[in-house]
Amino acid sequence: MTTALPSTEVLPAAVKDETTTSYAKRKLSSPWASLAALVIAILWTLPTFGLLVSSFRPERAIKTTGWWTFFSDPQVTLDNYKAVLDSEEGAGLGSFFINSIVISIPSVLIPLTLATIAAYAFAWIKFPGRNLLFLVIFALQIVPLQVTLIPLLTLYVDAGLANTFWTIWLSHSIFGLPLAIYLLHNFMREIPASLLEAARVDGAGHVAIFFRVLLPLLRPALAAFGIFQFLWVWNDLLVALVFGGGGTEIAPITVALANLSGTRGTAWHLLSAGAFVSIIVPVTIFLFLQRYFVRGLLAGSVKG
Amino acid sequence: MLTADTNAGKIGLMIAAILLFAAVVGIILFIATLFRGRLADRFTAYIYLAPTLIMLAVGLVYPGVRTIYQSFFNAAGDAFIGLGNYETIFTDSEQLTVLRNTVIWVVLTPFVATAIGMLYAILVDKTKFESFAKALVFLPMAISFVGASIIWSFVYAYRPDQANVKQIGLLNQVVVWLGGTPQQWLLTDWLNTFLLIVVLIWIQAGFAMTVLSAAIKAIPEDIIEAARLDGVGPWGMFRFVTLPAIRPAVVVVLTTIAIGTLKVFDIVRTMTGGQFNTSVIANEFYSQSFRSDNQGLGAALAVLLFILVIPIVVYNIRQLKQSEAL
Repeated sequence: MTTALPSTEVLPAAVKDETTTSYAKRKLSSPWASLAALVIAILWTLPTFGLLVSSFRPERAIKTTGWWTFFSDPQVTLDNYKAVLDSEEGAGLGSFFINSIVISIPSVLIPLTLATIAAYAFAWIKFPGRNLLFLVIFALQIVPLQVTLIPLLTLYVDAGLANTFWTIWLSHSIFGLPLAIYLLHNFMREIPASLLEAARVDGAGHVAIFFRVLLPLLRPALAAFGIFQFLWVWNDLLVALVFGGGGTEIAPITVALANLSGTRGTAWHLLSAGAFVSIIVPVTIFLFLQRYFVRGLLAGSVKG
Repeated sequence: MLTADTNAGKIGLMIAAILLFAAVVGIILFIATLFRGRLADRFTAYIYLAPTLIMLAVGLVYPGVRTIYQSFFNAAGDAFIGLGNYETIFTDSEQLTVLRNTVIWVVLTPFVATAIGMLYAILVDKTKFESFAKALVFLPMAISFVGASIIWSFVYAYRPDQANVKQIGLLNQVVVWLGGTPQQWLLTDWLNTFLLIVVLIWIQAGFAMTVLSAAIKAIPEDIIEAARLDGVGPWGMFRFVTLPAIRPAVVVVLTTIAIGTLKVFDIVRTMTGGQFNTSVIANEFYSQSFRSDNQGLGAALAVLLFILVIPIVVYNIRQLKQSEAL
């Protein structure tokens, strides 16, 4: 499932499509419509904005007055960010942030690579059982994570992997594979067979065909899945909680924040700054890679 | 080489893991080139698929079957109790609250999020600020459920209602401005579930908006034009032109959000921990499995989740196929 991208449609120059423009004008002129849109936009922005403002206010001010008093009595400090990142006396989110990065990168690269190879086999090699196997993998997309967690944890304990990054890397890779294979397969099927035939006639093997012919064409699909998987892993709480064993050595920032919220639910100076430390990465991706970001999220919306 | 303590050590471990993985992939690709002859392609395919199939068999299929099996056993997992755990889910009063809440979540979230997303998509369609306005509503999709929960917990924050105490939560401040008394929102039964649902609606409306906006833009201009020449007003336009045209997309959005809602865990766990009668199936699964050590009941809840998801996914996929065919 892909979608057209948000675009600005109203062109100031020559009225090439008079009806559309006049229709838009008529709609805009309805004050109720504009008001409704404005109300939704404010409701969707204000909660985040309030916490963002709070994260820059002194601890005392946050705890005694609402964030809106910032505009009548502006006090700005970076102490909350220092406190939340500092491991000596603060919440030590810095090392959890590193954990999130250490967890995310392999958890994206492994399923992306394996799925590309598998999707290539499904799309371009004929072998017995191809359709059945593909159907099974497609169907596995619907398995909720919850169904797999406890037996998987037992397997990890038996293998001596418990409480290591390997459990989280492997789990996210496994959970990401069905969707990745499905997406990349669909994308590969749309590439004209003649392109591959031409390369094969020139004597190229599978590996050469893949790197020379397919990889450049696959880039948008790889980016879309890669970003989706990265956000999924970065924002995940359940998998990290279960396989992190409740400890802090391999816990990502989401787990640290959830714990902080549970134990110090009123420490808003830490919670607000902590939340924005964790949000900064996905929001940066959103701002710079909006196109792939939207595509990836839409494609992966049934996962999990 | 399984663990690391320092930050540098962790990053080193990560790089080592990536290199190890790259080496494994290299070996697989190399082995696949060794086959010659008539069946070479066949062997190549199986070798390419081997790591994926092994991982899915060990990591998804086996655990899934194992959990279904486990759901017929008692808390410690050592005595067969038939459908006992399922009976508990449908008779125990605490579990019935969990089911009640799950139903409220699954009914409300998809419809409200879709309605708001659709309304907003129509309102900002073809206006000057369209992309900016859409980005505002879409942005919560980038925020983790944990982050969103903290953002909204702050909105719902409560401070004792005394003379010199000011409210710091926006909702309570609005109540005070309107002359009411501040509430401990998240402790109030029934209402708290709705306030948690607001968080998921806030996240999912952007998804609905983006998909439906694309569907609206795909409506052929001549259909809109013809309706306008017939003198159809804005409401008629929505009812008889827009809605029928985007119906498949609406169904896909509704079902997709419903699936995500069934599995909602992070919000409940972060905001209330499932206390004050706010638990839902996915959260109860976690509590029973990892807090109360009731493996059997936890497994049964996971299986129930699986069973509930299947019909929605099947319907979703069929609609998706149809909407692509259109």
